[in-house]
Amino acid sequence: MKPSALNQGVARAWLGLGYAFLYLPIVALVLYSFNDSPIPNVWRGFTLKWYAALSQDREMLSGLWLSLQIAFLTATGSVVLGTLAAFALVKYKRFAGRTLFSGMVNAPLVMPEVVVGLSLLLMLVSVQRLLGFPERGMLTIWFGHLLLGMAYATVVIQARLQDLNPQLEEAAMDLGARPWQVFTLVTLPMIAQSLMSSWLLTFTLSLDDVVLSAFLSGPGSTTMPLVIFSRARLGLNPSVNAVATIIVFIIAIGVLVASWWIANAERRRAAELAAATRS
Amino acid sequence: MSSGSTPPVTTNAHLGSPGRPVGRMPNAARRWLPGGRASVIGLPYAWLLVFFLLPFLILAKISVSEMETVVFKDLITYKDGLLQLTIKLGNYVFMTQDALYLKTYLASLQYASATTILCLLIGYPFAYFMARAKATVQPALLMLVMLPFWTSFLLRVYAWKGLLSEHGWVADLIIGTGLDQVMAAVGLISAPGKLMHTPFSLVLGMTYTYLPFMILPLYGNLAKMDLRLLEAAQDLGATPWVAFWKITVPLSKAGIIAGSMLVFIPCVGEFVIPELLGGPETLMIGRVLWDEFFSNNDWPMASSVAVVMILLIIVPLAVFNKYQAEAQETRR
Repeated sequence: MKPSALNQGVARAWLGLGYAFLYLPIVALVLYSFNDSPIPNVWRGFTLKWYAALSQDREMLSGLWLSLQIAFLTATGSVVLGTLAAFALVKYKRFAGRTLFSGMVNAPLVMPEVVVGLSLLLMLVSVQRLLGFPERGMLTIWFGHLLLGMAYATVVIQARLQDLNPQLEEAAMDLGARPWQVFTLVTLPMIAQSLMSSWLLTFTLSLDDVVLSAFLSGPGSTTMPLVIFSRARLGLNPSVNAVATIIVFIIAIGVLVASWWIANAERRRAAELAAATRS
Repeated sequence: MSSGSTPPVTTNAHLGSPGRPVGRMPNAARRWLPGGRASVIGLPYAWLLVFFLLPFLILAKISVSEMETVVFKDLITYKDGLLQLTIKLGNYVFMTQDALYLKTYLASLQYASATTILCLLIGYPFAYFMARAKATVQPALLMLVMLPFWTSFLLRVYAWKGLLSEHGWVADLIIGTGLDQVMAAVGLISAPGKLMHTPFSLVLGMTYTYLPFMILPLYGNLAKMDLRLLEAAQDLGATPWVAFWKITVPLSKAGIIAGSMLVFIPCVGEFVIPELLGGPETLMIGRVLWDEFFSNNDWPMASSVAVVMILLIIVPLAVFNKYQAEAQETRR
């Protein structure tokens, strides 16, 4: 089947326009962070003054520090819980309440965040009334982010676990490895890439979340997205553009490094596997 | 499962997964520590029960509670030797009587449907062309779809505010070509030249945000398709157009459903996009819930709004869960 030149032209144009649509806002965001004009959208020369102002912006900086801490804890916790949940779903095809379990794992992926945030808050307030803790703050925000992050991590890790060749684990067991050894020596290295990508994904999700944080934060625990959101609500603000540019670059570098590392690890593992099965 | 290849030492196979060998832990330790299987399933299960299911039950309870200054009245009280159950359905009755709520629910469903259709119209050809591109460039194309998804959603929505307000790039383009006259005539925007805080800016923002959620499952589905089926159709005399509609589209049904649900369900309850890009006349339930909670401090009313929202999305949610579970079970 040979696609005609016309078809190919349509395909290229569609993809080109689609990518332009996806990237246009990001380009505009970055460009206008260097705009030397108090009036947004009117270009008046290059400046770095918004970045300089950012270093004095206490509200934004303390929000950033809090967000980074929560994002780190969320990503780590999500990978642990997500690995367990993915294992439960892939390795154990039958256990009591499995349907409910898989439903609960997937639901936070699509459930509107206002509903999750509100119900989680009502639960935490009820618990606080009974036991006297937890106060609304970093811990409660972490609970909310962990719930969302776990769902994403489970989906990513589960997909990887299902693609694994079960014979490798069985071979290790036949050779006398204990379940824990099979996991750390055989399974873990093979799913390392998916753990890495789900860690990064849940880190960025947590760093970005407005709705859950708004419901679950208390006085003095304003995360960076909450600061950005309250400013963006009022109108266009060059300080937001400057923060955005920094975040975009950090994430782009992080994703590129991680995908390079993952591609390398994948190649090495494939080579090892080929060498091991050749004999 | 692969129990056939396991050694005959698996005497406790009925306890664990098939193929799990006997642990070598001393008996005493085994008695006191929870087994591997129990903790692997139990820990995430308990977490989800406490932090996902329990909150919904509490939400449902509070939605029928009476508000007392700070605390909620208990549903069940013990008075004069009798157990009394007080359920206040006032919030729900109020919602059916107040036209504003009904209008808001309908509007949310409309905006979410419009967004889903737009995402499908843009996303299906996009995913199709991606899946039929040269195999060597496909990973790069996929990466390029994922990358904006990694950069902050909040900031990308904020960026549209800049693009659509006065002198923004997209605003200049639309006004320059006179498209705003057409959009104002159709009712997408309130007046020519004013693009922000309209149904147009709202649906554009949601379409932009959720487009990758449509493209990714569709691409995953279309890339796996057996192209020999199309060759067979062509050999039997079908034109490419007929083959596309009779073979490609029906085979990608699962991807279409997954993508549509991934766009539709979160859009119904979306808050950030209507707040930043919508206007006073583009009411959505996510914002109503937010205002009931944060501005009016009426927690029971906010809970009732949330319960109704859950009822609206429960059917699409069930469809999504069924599809997701099937896709995950049949991958291998």
